[in-house]
Amino acid sequence: MKTLAGETRALREQRRKALVAYFTAGYPDSEAFASLVRAAVDAGADIIEVGIPFSDPIADGPIIQASSSAALKNGMTLPLALETIARLHAEVPVPLVVMSYLNPILRLGTDAFARDAVAAGVSGVVLPDVSFEESHSLRPALSHAGLAYVDLVAPTSGEARAQVIARASQGFVYAVSMTGVTGARSASLADASELVEQVRAATDTPVYVGFGVSTPDAAREIARTADGVIIGSRLMQLAGDGPARGSAARVADFLASVRHELDALARDARVVF
Amino acid sequence: MSRGRFGAYGGQFVPETLMPCLFELEEAYSAARSDAGFQRELDDLLVRYVGRPTPVYLAARFSASLGGGVRVYLKREDLNHTGAHKINNCVGQALLARRMNKRRLVAETGAGQHGVATATVAALFGMECTVYMGEVDIERQSPNVRRMKLLGAKVVPVSSGTRTLKDATNETIRDWVTNVRETHYIIGSTVGPHPYPTIVRDLQSVIGREARAQMLETEGRLPDDVVACVGGGSNSLGIFSAFVEDRDVQLHGVEAGGSDEGDSATLTRGRPGVLHGAYSYLLQDEHGQVSPAHSIAAGLDYPGVGPEHSFLKDEGRVAYHRVTDEEAVAAFQSLTRLEGIVPALESSHALAFVQRELGRARGERRIVLVNLSGRGDKDIDSLEKRLR
Repeated sequence: MKTLAGETRALREQRRKALVAYFTAGYPDSEAFASLVRAAVDAGADIIEVGIPFSDPIADGPIIQASSSAALKNGMTLPLALETIARLHAEVPVPLVVMSYLNPILRLGTDAFARDAVAAGVSGVVLPDVSFEESHSLRPALSHAGLAYVDLVAPTSGEARAQVIARASQGFVYAVSMTGVTGARSASLADASELVEQVRAATDTPVYVGFGVSTPDAAREIARTADGVIIGSRLMQLAGDGPARGSAARVADFLASVRHELDALARDARVVF
Repeated sequence: MSRGRFGAYGGQFVPETLMPCLFELEEAYSAARSDAGFQRELDDLLVRYVGRPTPVYLAARFSASLGGGVRVYLKREDLNHTGAHKINNCVGQALLARRMNKRRLVAETGAGQHGVATATVAALFGMECTVYMGEVDIERQSPNVRRMKLLGAKVVPVSSGTRTLKDATNETIRDWVTNVRETHYIIGSTVGPHPYPTIVRDLQSVIGREARAQMLETEGRLPDDVVACVGGGSNSLGIFSAFVEDRDVQLHGVEAGGSDEGDSATLTRGRPGVLHGAYSYLLQDEHGQVSPAHSIAAGLDYPGVGPEHSFLKDEGRVAYHRVTDEEAVAAFQSLTRLEGIVPALESSHALAFVQRELGRARGERRIVLVNLSGRGDKDIDSLEKRLR
């Protein structure tokens, strides 16, 4: 079975900057969500991050809050999201990573979640409200089942702590580009590149930058140092603005232009991989 | 077992961005506790600025109305500066913020009492202040909104979710995570990630220390029962903490039983989960989504509860009960008419429990101590509408 770590390493070996696309499960609705994912993969996304909607998403800005609450109104739940992922997994050739606040997972049961997620084809998890300290009680069960436990590092972490966390992270290291919530502000290039350097000095695990990466230009600048970029709020905004019928096309156009920038960057021999 | 736990409950379930700030707060608090200068300054502010100690008052006419031999004492936190126990915590946390060189304070508020107390210490210490408040609460506690603005705070209406305390807390956390380098979050209750539940309890424990000594002085013995309302749980832990080791003293936490529209009875009707940084009892649905709470008292209208309460419940040390909106309003009217004391709707829940359960208690000299956590001026507008 392919692991997330294997896939992210392979991308680096191919000199391909990773493009991670986030979508909230069940938004705008279950069917449209699946179309968005397919369109993103066709447009060049390397990894799909599926957000499990939660009633109180404290790490998210207004756009993902809105997509989450709309998805909940549509009846989305963690078990339904895993069913949707299982169907998508059969169709799309890229790794699927789940991003979830902890409580829905606790309610399902950590072991049951791990088993069902692996069965659905999920290859990794990102838990934004689980601190590194609290992760110790979850990490073994999730990793043992075959899910990569992806840790987040932040500009406030400080070098020593960021490096300890980065060494523990599986699949990739999720570097938060700025102090703040998703999508509310633009990524801070200075904060992000300092953090990326710290992580690189500690581990070979690829480092991807997320939070506030909202334009192809920003993606290119961040990927000069990072191994990949994670884009969420901008995609949710594109999906939600305007007629539902065109949402997959809008998302695909945007991701294709990001892909173009990342690929142009990769042809520059000075860029680090 | 990880850090900052009360049994299985508590912990630090927050985004990584905030973790270094929690370490800093823990260090600052630990240093402050062993710093005589900090204690002196805090004590001095509590006496000269807050107006402590607050009296315990024998509510003779209220007691007589219960029809038994019960003597009900009220710990008069309503007499504090700004009208509730919330200021005890805010004064201490503002001193901590100053130690950490944070010049900006943020706070969530439900009833507005914590928002007013935070705005007050911000004025006192010359700090910038932003308070998040749900739109529903802005409507039902408007006098406190005006007070906060007069004090120089920025009041940000929160329109997401249930538009009450839960969502105000979400929004405050989002502000904090964005401006963490220069901002201290004064959490208003014994909730949130470690070390907040401990810090807030410690700062509120002055209520219990005073009350215990005052009861010994007045009655020559400890009360049989200590009663307090529980939203997040700070006024109750403040008074309970002094009596936890006194095994003969019955401790009663009173939750909001609400109405047909729902309730906020987290400990009696919830199950453990994670919200706002801690593992604790939580009102949630079968898929782990947080359920909307309801209470006539904005300060109790919260689907979570402090982790130490979850521990005390499981241990059986504190008994938790429910009181409805209607019972609380009746108790509000009783105390107002019988004693000339206008209690906050939150505190009225504790009084209503006494009326319902302890009134006809046997024993000639049963002594009940109620934490009258705040005054009800803020509730007059919404009560007038309801009673009209």
